[in-house]
Amino acid sequence: MTTESTVTTSATTVDEAVRCTGLTYRFGAQVAVNELDLAIGPGEMFGLLGPNGAGKTTTIRMLTTLLKPAAGSISVFGTDVAAHPMRVRRVLGYVPQALSADANLTGQENVELFARLFDVPRKVRKARVAGALEAMGLTEAATRLAGTYSGGMIRRLELAQALINAPRLLVLDEPTVGLDPIARGVVWEYIARLRASHGMTVLMTTHYMDEADANCDRVSLMHRGKIRATGSPAGLKGTLGDGATLDDVFRHYTGDALGGTPEEGGIRDVRRARRTARRLG
Amino acid sequence: MTYAAPGAPPADLASTAGPLGVADGPLAYLARLASRVIALCWVELRKIRHDRTELYTRAIQPALWLIIYGEVFTHVRAIPTPKGIPYLAFLAPGILAQSALFIAIFYGIQIIWERDAGVLTKLMVTPTPRAALITGKAFASGVRSLIQGVAVVIIAALLGVSLTANPLKLLAAAIILMLGSAFFACLSMTIAGLAVSRDRLMGIGQAITMPLFFSSSALYPASIMPGWLQVISAVNPLTYEVEALRGLLIGVPATLWLDTLVLTGSTVAGITAASLLLNRLASR
Repeated sequence: MTTESTVTTSATTVDEAVRCTGLTYRFGAQVAVNELDLAIGPGEMFGLLGPNGAGKTTTIRMLTTLLKPAAGSISVFGTDVAAHPMRVRRVLGYVPQALSADANLTGQENVELFARLFDVPRKVRKARVAGALEAMGLTEAATRLAGTYSGGMIRRLELAQALINAPRLLVLDEPTVGLDPIARGVVWEYIARLRASHGMTVLMTTHYMDEADANCDRVSLMHRGKIRATGSPAGLKGTLGDGATLDDVFRHYTGDALGGTPEEGGIRDVRRARRTARRLG
Repeated sequence: MTYAAPGAPPADLASTAGPLGVADGPLAYLARLASRVIALCWVELRKIRHDRTELYTRAIQPALWLIIYGEVFTHVRAIPTPKGIPYLAFLAPGILAQSALFIAIFYGIQIIWERDAGVLTKLMVTPTPRAALITGKAFASGVRSLIQGVAVVIIAALLGVSLTANPLKLLAAAIILMLGSAFFACLSMTIAGLAVSRDRLMGIGQAITMPLFFSSSALYPASIMPGWLQVISAVNPLTYEVEALRGLLIGVPATLWLDTLVLTGSTVAGITAASLLLNRLASR
């Protein structure tokens, strides 16, 4: 189910935050993302759901200019990602799957680095950094080395980093993976607050169906490189009748268990999950 | 580009982007390059400030080279030195360059670590050209080498080596040391882009640092090397770094323009190679 939209994707008329058309990526002979079509409206909280190896992270990596699509195109607010990666990066906030703050810098320095990399003018840099840290509840920990932070705090620090350029599109790859349930709740609370205050578009991937259900306006169910269904969580559940969960919806559309067999969970996803586990362990 | 979509953040993006904005063109590119190099050097200085232990532990090895090796070979007078200067004075710039080499070679391992930790991908999603990221890291290694170099110079001075007090020559020596460090950091990051895994790179790093050191003129003049080693020495950028440092700090004859040219050329080539391999490194 793709959105029936006839919006033009030129640089001047912008009605969509993200549009993917026929997006394809291959790892050798394996097709990781298979002619994917996707449209995300401005201000939406959009979830890309699926088991390990579904192609979510590969899609995100193409969208964030890290991988070049084998075929198809992506535009972000009307700007073609392949043609103008620098322009797209300016409006992106990106939080990767791995907890990835620099442990040898303080929280404040971690954010200031990103302020510098996004050309935040020197005059407003300090205030902007302090504001981002405050928004994520890290003011008190700001002068401590990030190496002393808990997993939840590092994720919030990463959100502060991603926030520094006032991004129009915030991309979160498995934002709560590897966090304990309390930290997960806190992270969602902060993301919700961010959206309320900045009104940015959020694209996130997750394999936690309950979190997607609770937080996303719309979701796409992705499986083996293809989108199987798109809609609001309520709408999708509604098609299956009362009491259905998003898990049920997913099984309905894929005919598969959610966990994903080791063959499906690509080695790259597994490796990344292991790295995260190592860092947390 | 006008963004009129609902839900746009209140902050005006043009002001966020600063004077550079989304401007393209060579001047904007150079400004961005400079700003990124400054940012990454700033990060390095902050890290050194937070943890100085490495500065001390890394001073041990050059100290041993100067105190033990240097003193012994000064006494045996086995190695001919230009203008008959004491061997310790001849050796000191070589050890200075060696200490920078050992620091710089570590940057390939660091960038793989950053890749594994997800830090690299995050940096690559900022409006930072690949070459600016590599140049920034290269000169960050230069900053660290320079601070380490001060320690080596102090040790050498304490051992009685008479070094120049000319501030211009000291400044030029600092630039040479930074260039040398930047090149070897790029070499290391280039190998990182080829080797891709940290374990493999650590093996390669171990395997190349000592040969680079021994095949340069750091320990002995090229004139006493066997012919085949002289050839290697002549294509080893470390030789040019050592020769320039010797000329500037000790005052032995040196062809500074050639040394600077070779080091600058190697650094530019190193930045290019490492930048081209960065996507490969990041996507593994």
